[in-house]
Amino acid sequence: MSRTTQKIEEIAQRAYPYGFVTAIESESTPPGLSEDIVRLISAKKNEPQFMLDWRLRAYRHWMTLERAAAEPRWANITYAPIDYQKIVYYSAPKQKVAASLDEVDPEILRTFEKLGVPLEEQKRLTGVAVDAVFDSVSVGTTFKEKLAELGIIFCSFSEAVQEHPELVERYLGSVVPHTDNFFAALNSAVFSDGSFCYVPKGVRCPMELSTYFRINTAGSGQFERTLIVADEGSSVSYLEGCTAPMRDENQLHAAVVELIALEGAQIKYSTIQNWYAGDREGKGGIFNFVTKRGKCAGARSRISWTQVETGSAITWKYPSVILQGDESVGEFYSVALTNNHQQADTGTKMLHIGKRTRSTIVSKGISTGHGNNTYRGLVKVLPRAVGARNYTQCDSMLLGSRCGAHTFPYIEVGNSSSVVEHEASTRKISEEQLFYCKQRGLSGENAISMIVNGFCKEVFKNLPMEFAVEATRLLSVSLEGSVG
Amino acid sequence: MLSIRGLHAGVEGKEILRGIDLEVRAGEVHAVMGPNGSGKSTLAQVLAGHPAFAVTQGEVTYEGRNLLEMPPEERAREGLFLAFQYPVEIPGVANAQFLKAAVNEVRTHRGLEEFDAMEFLDLLKAKLALVEMDPSFMSRAVNEGFSGGEKKRNEILQMALLEPRLAILDETDSGLDIDALRIVAGGINRLRRPDNAIILVTHYQRMLDYITPDRVHVLSGGRIVKSGGKALALTLEAKGYDWLEEKVEVSAEASAKVSK
Repeated sequence: MSRTTQKIEEIAQRAYPYGFVTAIESESTPPGLSEDIVRLISAKKNEPQFMLDWRLRAYRHWMTLERAAAEPRWANITYAPIDYQKIVYYSAPKQKVAASLDEVDPEILRTFEKLGVPLEEQKRLTGVAVDAVFDSVSVGTTFKEKLAELGIIFCSFSEAVQEHPELVERYLGSVVPHTDNFFAALNSAVFSDGSFCYVPKGVRCPMELSTYFRINTAGSGQFERTLIVADEGSSVSYLEGCTAPMRDENQLHAAVVELIALEGAQIKYSTIQNWYAGDREGKGGIFNFVTKRGKCAGARSRISWTQVETGSAITWKYPSVILQGDESVGEFYSVALTNNHQQADTGTKMLHIGKRTRSTIVSKGISTGHGNNTYRGLVKVLPRAVGARNYTQCDSMLLGSRCGAHTFPYIEVGNSSSVVEHEASTRKISEEQLFYCKQRGLSGENAISMIVNGFCKEVFKNLPMEFAVEATRLLSVSLEGSVG
Repeated sequence: MLSIRGLHAGVEGKEILRGIDLEVRAGEVHAVMGPNGSGKSTLAQVLAGHPAFAVTQGEVTYEGRNLLEMPPEERAREGLFLAFQYPVEIPGVANAQFLKAAVNEVRTHRGLEEFDAMEFLDLLKAKLALVEMDPSFMSRAVNEGFSGGEKKRNEILQMALLEPRLAILDETDSGLDIDALRIVAGGINRLRRPDNAIILVTHYQRMLDYITPDRVHVLSGGRIVKSGGKALALTLEAKGYDWLEEKVEVSAEASAKVSK
């Protein structure tokens, strides 16, 4: 086994192909956070009063948390204290907001092209509309007009604040209030952009909507906010991808995503998170401290989270669903891979409020190198949620002998008519599996990649086709150089 | 094709094979028989390169090359195939996907172009018929939830797809009912060619009712204690392995001489 183990740990030598920096002029606020900075961000975005008031409430709340040292410390992760006064809270490419893609800085277009997200009209993937977020601002959204014909609003958050303030005011913070947690409060105060989507009653969005997040500027944090509202009987599938340059300093990414599904609506939200993970010794990388939550507000609505987390130095993230409407459905499918010195504490919360609500949780954690992988999940069934059902499956796979896998499932059931199931397993790739594959001519690398992908299959099958291919490829890259 | 001389091998410091000599030529079928614990399966695993077994003495030449220096995947790509006694489950990996990957690894090694999905499917359909397997097995995970007989058929299907030069079948007959045995044996017979060879490792004679071996070897205590023709298997069936006990001593001396 030792030889296999040693070879497997060579996995740690993976390369990060997205670690380049784009040389463009950007406009940044000085480091540090104050009421003035919050006002400045709001002013730069020409926001209506309700937005400024909302930000200031969040800022003041965050200050009380900061003074009380209320940054969450319960997760199974360790990191040096973050100096919030050293972070740049707003950074944007200097060029003015482009009216169309033709006016976007070619350097930025090239950046997204290098990342495999071509924004130019003729090169776009058919069937995927993209909102590209570069540092703090959205630089371009594709297919907007086509979507508008169906009444679908898909634009940057800043634009939504200008064009559809009534929708923003109504739904912003309705799922993740600024008081929710430390990082959500910080985000609410300083978030600079993100994506906004509204799908009107009865409309099935005909294409995948996608946001691609890119952190570029050194020392800046990224605080974006995504808000998706699916009105009665509508449906939408949303994809999110992220990368960042390789830098020695840690960078903070504290995003908030809110989903609202009204009666009979369906939202499918898929993430491939490939932020820079730090080097082999654990230097640098993104702190991915993200609050994602959906609310099944109406009866028979459905929200499904699928995430593939391979990047970031630290992942702290619990995409959750509030199952308020009767017979609503929440799903969480997750693959988290930790390599080198990466740490992930991730999972979900399923809050059953409505009658006969159902939730499914499938979590696959893969640890290698010195990686540490924690599943943390809460299934809470309120007394009135009669006939609720949950099925949870948590599987961990360990590659090598210096990594860790941990599972913290919390279950609270408030009535006697609900059924909650929990299954968990921890395994290693067995010598026998590897030998079997090799005896059929597969290299050790291909064998491991195939076995790990098989392990993740229940999650990958929930991804839209192109994302599934990307996820499979990403895992293979992450496992490169494994067994000889 | 295969030449084994004075092979000693063991696991975790315990010697199991104590001087094996065996010559296998193209076109031949050899049956290796013997009681439980005689080292039959160890021989199969050592030839395939299982990392848990250490070779302490002896030589194995395969197609003119030193087999023991080749990593297991290279042995496989060079046409050495092991049908496992206990085929391994790989959850989440579709059988078809696994088989396609294996076939293409071997094709690439042989300088042939990889099959695309459609080409592979055509090949697969033809080979499925050979072992009377339902195509629905192809979308199921490798060996997961397969019955014993289905796993063994799946092994022979892989053999049919990979077209090995030397196939080692490790107790492929065990756990098969009479119908499955007939199907599996029929499949193996149809894969016999003048340019390939088969080593059948088996405890019982009954497989040999369907597949006629050119040579039968009896393994006991990690050595080949008797070799003969097809008739030897029938004698074993009639008399059991005890019959050979007194011969072991003699043979042990003989093989000791060879290994010097």
